[in-house]
This record gives sequence, structure tokens and C-alpha cells, in this order.
Amino acid sequence: MAVSTNYELKMGPATRESFGKALVELGKTNPNIVVCDADLSKSTNTNFFAKEFPERFFQCGIAEANMVAVGSGLSAAGKVAFVSSFSAFVLNKGFEQLRVTAAYPNVNLKVVGTHSGISIGEDGPSQMSIEDLSLACNLPGFTVLSPADDASMKAAIHLAAEHKGPVFVRAGRVKTPLIYPEGTPFRIGGSHELLTGGDLAILANGLLVAEAIKAAVQLDSEGISARVIDLYSIKPIDREAIDRAARECGAIVVAEEHLKDTGIGARVAQVAAETTPCIMEFVGIDNTYAESGTPEAVVEKYGLLAKDIAAAARKALARKK
Amino acid sequence: MNKTSNPADLAEISKRVRRHIIEMITAAKSGHPGGSLSATELVVTLFFDTMRHDPANPKWADRDHFILGKGHACPVLYSTMAECGYTPIDQLNTFRRLGSIYQGHPDVRFIPALEASTGSLGQGLSIGLGMALAARLDHRPSRTYVVLGDGEIQEGQVWEAAMFASFHKLDNLACIVDYNKIQLDGFVEDIMPLEPLADKWKSFGWHVIEINGHDIPAVQAAFAEAATVKGKPTVILAHTVKGKGVSFMENNPKWHGTAPSKEECELALKELA
Ligand SMILES: Cc1ncc(C[n+]2csc(CCOP(=O)(O)OP(=O)(O)O)c2C)c(N)n1
Repeated sequence: MAVSTNYELKMGPATRESFGKALVELGKTNPNIVVCDADLSKSTNTNFFAKEFPERFFQCGIAEANMVAVGSGLSAAGKVAFVSSFSAFVLNKGFEQLRVTAAYPNVNLKVVGTHSGISIGEDGPSQMSIEDLSLACNLPGFTVLSPADDASMKAAIHLAAEHKGPVFVRAGRVKTPLIYPEGTPFRIGGSHELLTGGDLAILANGLLVAEAIKAAVQLDSEGISARVIDLYSIKPIDREAIDRAARECGAIVVAEEHLKDTGIGARVAQVAAETTPCIMEFVGIDNTYAESGTPEAVVEKYGLLAKDIAAAARKALARKK
Repeated sequence: MNKTSNPADLAEISKRVRRHIIEMITAAKSGHPGGSLSATELVVTLFFDTMRHDPANPKWADRDHFILGKGHACPVLYSTMAECGYTPIDQLNTFRRLGSIYQGHPDVRFIPALEASTGSLGQGLSIGLGMALAARLDHRPSRTYVVLGDGEIQEGQVWEAAMFASFHKLDNLACIVDYNKIQLDGFVEDIMPLEPLADKWKSFGWHVIEINGHDIPAVQAAFAEAATVKGKPTVILAHTVKGKGVSFMENNPKWHGTAPSKEECELALKELA
């Protein structure tokens, strides 16, 4: 189902801001929600919650591994704990803790990594997370969500809070175009077909969803009809939608702000191999760390724009013939 | 490069470095002025007086090693290294731009004379310990200096490193804590207090020196004392002021990671004239 056929892509807030606001909403109705942050609350926007509910906010200092396990303890004791930091720090520094204190005992911990991908720009590779979705998917039992805009991030945070079990949600630093009207339904394991099309399907998540829409518009002007799917639920992934795209289009492009080799492309390929094998091309970060620059310059240099998706689509179509 | 032990010269170089810091962060429209300005005398004294190093031969085996654990403060390191002659001064204002050697955090891919790529807090001391061990194994005179932020030492890894250093009697390493009392979200006191800090390091087996980190003769004396301590590592707790040298930045958490506007830059440069 196409949510809309005409996307204005008006600029909206950064998904970290949507996350911060959703936490406050949740805090109002659910007294069990508690939040931990590691000296980045001004950046992750958990400071909104801290201001509103200071007694339910725990400042952990610059100590992410400890924060993750403290969050697990809070959740094991009946709270719904959200722990947040830059994605690069909470997942990389906290990975062993996520594995042993949250995933393995199936603890109801919610992890939100902000400043994901390379679109943080100026800070450079030490703060860029290009492997976070892969790491999170390497935690059995974890639900992994990567929303694209304001409405989908707010929905994801509510889904995370309602779901029983560990969840990772990926958020970004930069402002993001609006894709969904407020109130659009989302579900764990779901996806949204944003544009119908039959020549090929572009599957994207996060920041690259808007780029995929722009690429489809470009391709349309060349007489190519591209289906665009927002794979906001990374795990579980929407096998049905992938199978249908493979069957009906015969070619798939996966676009993501993540290392290409270990990202969602590989997961989509696995599903296609198990259901309907088809031609595939991949847009992502190619086995490298990026560098400092403005967000615009960095995503352009590392090939994450609509033009890169369109080029991959043409390549896929050429192979299909 | 012209090394100097004259505190007046070092103060003059520090002033130039502070001007570079302000200018490059203004040009980049992003970066971390507060923690760069607080560490200026520490880094300048190391590079211009204390350390054995040669900008013409950055991989000289017997050189001393410098690691900036708090990598976000790289404007102070870039400016000081540029003043030493390692890298071009006239490119400092390309800081944080695509293709610039002056990356947002120290990146050895772009400046091979850097000893480590830092930016994820808490790991610099451990890297320094590895370098100190290697120097001892190879019978090299190299000493290793690691500058950490006070917020940074909240990372558990720092205390794993602290235990390791005294067990292995790494007296060829000095750790300097830039104790400016502010981190990202606010004052250290409100985020995760560290006191009694000297007692913590002492109980981990370190020789502890406490100084005013802006008092150049005291900084020089601390590095000299550290070099004489045998059988244990030394930590210098350098009490500093975040944003030092620019009145409106001093002791204000806002200036942790905010770039000055053009007008603010001019005001700051006037104060640093
Ligand atoms: C592991 C890690 N967590 C979080 C951050 C984000 N961060 C950058 S600077 C900073 C505060 C650092 O405070 P401090 O060490 O006191 O540095 P200074 O005040 O000297 O600038 C934080 C939390 C980071 N770079 N690395």
C-alpha cells in the first residue's frame, strides 16, 4: 500500500529530537519508564526527559558499558529502561554488556543509539557508527528498528516501550525530511511500500529512505518504474515484502547508511535466497571508515545519495535484461 | 623548530596557539574550544620544552610519544604541532572540512606524525601503556605522555589501565589529567564527581603531582619531577579552567562543543592579542 504518491519531503526534525520528545510522552503515561544517558543528554535529547522527570533520569557519566548493564538491572527489576548515547559508543563499548546482560537473559532493555551513520559529518570516524545495525542484529532476541523520519521514530519508541524484550532503535543527528503523516501505523516486523513500481524495488531504511524516493522520481523520468520500500523493521525483517519485491520486480537495490558488507543488504539477500532469488545491487559504505566534513559533503563522497541509488538501479536493470 | 625553556616564550607560544584554536573552530563552525583552551599550556610545554621529538623526523625511534586521550581537544594539538613545523599553519582553518588533514578528531591516516587516532574517550592511556612497554623492551629512552579529560576518566578502562601501569612499574609514562571541572552535559561535580581524585590515583599505585595547569614553571617542574620518579607511573592532576584565556568562555559548559560566531571570534582574539 502506498502511503502517499506525492512526497513533498519537507524538512523535519532530526530523529534524535523525535526520540527525545517521544520519551517525554511515554514518561507522562508510564511511570515505569526510566532513562539513562552517558554525558551526552544534550545531544541524544534525553535531556527533555531529564528536565520533565528528573527522578527517573540517571546520569551515568562517560561510562557506557556500566550504563548498559545498569539499564539491564533496572529492566530486570521491572522498569522499562531506555539507555542512550551515540550509537558508536553504546553499541561498541557496551556490546559485551548488551550480549550478556540484555540479549542472553532476554531482559526488557531499550537501547537508542543516536548520531548513527556518517551523516554526523564533522566529528569524523571515531563518532560515526557504520556497524551498529549489524552488531544489534548479532544479538539474538533483540528487535532492531531504523526509522526514517519524525513520525516513524516516535512510533518506534512507542513500539519499543510496549514490546516485551530487548530493542535497539537507531537515530540520526541531522534534520530529516518528513515522509509519514502523524498517526501512520507501524509494527515490529513490518515495512511500508512508499511508491509502487514494477521494474525494480529499492529497499531502504533511515536517512536513505528519502534518497530512495528521490531516486525513484529520477528513474520515473527515465521511464523506469521503481517500487520504494521503507524497511524500518530490521529485525525481524519483513520477509513477505522482500519475497514479493523479488517475485514481482525481479531486481532489488538495498540502500543503507551502514557498512555494505555486513548491513541490511546481506540480510535482504539471505531472505531473497531463501524465497525468490533475484538480481541485487547494494548502496552503502564500502569497507572503509569515512572522514570529517559537512554532512552533505560526507554522504556525497561516500556514495549515499539519490544519484548513487539511481545508478545502482540502472545497473540492476541492465543485469536483469 | 626552536625549543625553549623560557616560560615567557612558552606563554607567548600559548597565546598564538589559543588564537589558532579560536580561528580554526570559528572557520569550521564546529569543534570544541573549551577543552582545547584548558590544555594549552600543558601541550605547548610538552612540545616546546619537555619532549624529545623532531618534526623533521617524526618517526625517530627514540622520540617521546604524545597521546591526546581527549581527542575532541585536537585544535590545541594541531595548532601546537603546526607551530612546531609538523604541519602547515596556513591550513589550520580547513579544520573539519572534507579532505583536510585537520580532521574532527586526531586521525593518523591524515597526519602520520600523530601517535594515535583518538576520539572515543577512555582508550588513550591504554595505548600509551603499550608504547611505554615497547620502549622499555627495546631499551629506548622514549617517554610517553598522555593527556586525559576529567570527564574521560569516568571510563572504567582508565582504571583498568591505572592498575596495569603500576603493576608493570611503567615509570617511563606520565598521565596528565586536564582537571577543568567541566564535561559535556555540565559540571563534573553534577555529572559524576571524581573526588578524592589524588587519593584514587595514589591507591592505584601512582605518584601524584597536583599543579595549576596554566602556571608554566609549575608545569615544567611537574614534568621534570615525573622523569625522576622510579618504579611507578606518575599522574599530574593539572587544575585548569575550561575556556581559559577567553573571558566569556571561561568556566562555562556552553563552550564545550560550540563554535564562536564571527563576532565572538573577534572579541576572543582581542582578548588574546
Ligand atoms: C566514549 C565516548 N563517549 C562519549 C563521547 C562524547 N564526548 C565528547 S567530549 C565529551 C566530554 C568530555 O569531557 P572531558 O573529558 O572532561 O573533556 P574536556 O572537558 O577537557 O573537554 C563527551 C561525553 C566520546 N567522545 N567518547
